[in-house]
Amino acid sequence: MAIDWTRKTAAQMADALAAGEVTSVELVQAHLDRIAAVDGTVESNSVHAFLHIDAEGALETARAVDADRAAGVELPRLAGVPIGIKDVLVTKGLPTTAGSRILEGWIPPYDATVTRRVREARMPILGKTNMDEFAMGSSTEHSGYGPTRNPWDLDRIPGGSGGGSAAALAAFEAPLTIGSDTGGSIRQPASVTATVGVKPTYGGVSRFGAIALASSLDQLGPCGRTVLDTALLHEVMGGHDEMDATSLDEPVPAVVEAALEGAQMDLTGVKVGVVRELSGADGGYQAGVTQRFEESLDKLRAMGAEIVEVSCPSFEYALAAYYVILPSEASSNLAKFDSVRFGLRVEKPTVEKTMLATRAEGFGDEVKRRIILGTYALSAGYYDAYYGSAQKVRTLVQRDFDAAFAQCDVLVSPTTPTTPFKIGERIDDPLAMYLNDIATIPANLAGIPGMSLPSGLAPEDGLPVGFQILAPAHEDARLYRIGAALEASLTAEWGGPLSAQAPELEVAS
Amino acid sequence: MSSLERSDVARLAALARIDMTDADLDRLSGQLAVIVDAVAKVAEVAGEDVPATSHPIPMANIHREDVVRPSLAQDDALAAAPDAEEGRFRVPQILGEEA
Repeated sequence: MAIDWTRKTAAQMADALAAGEVTSVELVQAHLDRIAAVDGTVESNSVHAFLHIDAEGALETARAVDADRAAGVELPRLAGVPIGIKDVLVTKGLPTTAGSRILEGWIPPYDATVTRRVREARMPILGKTNMDEFAMGSSTEHSGYGPTRNPWDLDRIPGGSGGGSAAALAAFEAPLTIGSDTGGSIRQPASVTATVGVKPTYGGVSRFGAIALASSLDQLGPCGRTVLDTALLHEVMGGHDEMDATSLDEPVPAVVEAALEGAQMDLTGVKVGVVRELSGADGGYQAGVTQRFEESLDKLRAMGAEIVEVSCPSFEYALAAYYVILPSEASSNLAKFDSVRFGLRVEKPTVEKTMLATRAEGFGDEVKRRIILGTYALSAGYYDAYYGSAQKVRTLVQRDFDAAFAQCDVLVSPTTPTTPFKIGERIDDPLAMYLNDIATIPANLAGIPGMSLPSGLAPEDGLPVGFQILAPAHEDARLYRIGAALEASLTAEWGGPLSAQAPELEVAS
Repeated sequence: MSSLERSDVARLAALARIDMTDADLDRLSGQLAVIVDAVAKVAEVAGEDVPATSHPIPMANIHREDVVRPSLAQDDALAAAPDAEEGRFRVPQILGEEA
């Protein structure tokens, strides 16, 4: 029987390419075929992970990689392994919309730094993945181009904002994708699709060419089906970039080495802190989520880790602070969509009326809500009460993390309080939607790195549960060591990766 | 802090340059009032003595030598503009309708 390459890990694909067992053209074609078979459209109620497919561009890169490999040219580790890129990153010559109708049809004249690094790593770009408009959302329902659906249950959300990047992995449409995480947009989709996603330390990956949502919170990161694959992509993306003034001028953490070390399943001497406020101990978490979390703690304990409980009392205010800071920064960042230099223009007699009409037509409701909220929070008379207070809460959250990390090496929690909910269930209740990110938001406020990886399926509904690991700033490698250990332990129990248990998708004829 | 009124939303939408119909205001005002009430709790916890954090990782300003470097070509910069003329972005009338 022919090998189904789409089921392999990125590391396996890279090894097979290097060994001459497969060509990059074959890998790319296999994924394009898979996308054609299952991705479908909004109308067909299919996965709809991709907004744009670049078959010819991906095959062209693949052909060049194959030719170079045949000629004995030394190539980067992931050369020839295909990838999907979240539509928040600008890609020269490829449409980029950030999920918004206001940017429909826009072709960027330059590459984001991460796009450039992907190209330099010689990875064929399959296309651009769907997302909530300007990354505002936790379900991908706020995309201006229709929702992405969760491959585990097409009636359910794939998380957001990076639902497209996560669903593409879970549907075996791509082995690796890129995401962006402002309040959980990498980790929460990973959690609800049984995939892996990492938000690096703030500044660890250049934001140049990432369409900004909230500049003091945004961070790009890698998404994969395994911890090692995610680490391999992290090393491609990371590193200093003078085009981003917040880029850390330090080497990329040795995350691949950490993932390999973790896979040895020895956590002797590692102290793992359970954050009481994020653990569901106070109620409100789905039973199966809590159960899988507790079982994962047992696995860590069995590998030699010591589990301690820590408390971060100010996290109670993190969600409120986040929903002041994010809209404030977003209202400023989105002022650039003014009908003048790029994007939509709804022509009216004056430029002011043109702007009013353009932004009314081009932005969706969630974007309008947040812009108005941010405009309010920054307005005279309210600034100190809202924005000023939120910045102080940010200090308190950081202090809580500092105190917690003084007692342990990493902190852990369930990534989300529930398994994926049904499409449409929370769309008219913004606050209910915001609560999805209750456990992921504190990391963004403090700039620290975080990972979500699968911890099993909830017994009551058979849907994925995610396990979150947080580490101190600059210590991204710890996520990969602990994550790879837990993954190895759980995979041994499951008899294979959890992703393999996803139901078969209906294939278009 | 008082809750957000419908008239506040209309004023803020105008400041943010987003046209809103009566139906938009009906739909969004209630939701925004709920959100504003929920986030108002940020003012409850931090006292005068807590410093503000604007940025998660402390950093100094970045400087570089003041030398000209290649930039986006004019044609590229204008390629996606809704309207352009003589190498510039072209916009509708800027001053009032009677001007």
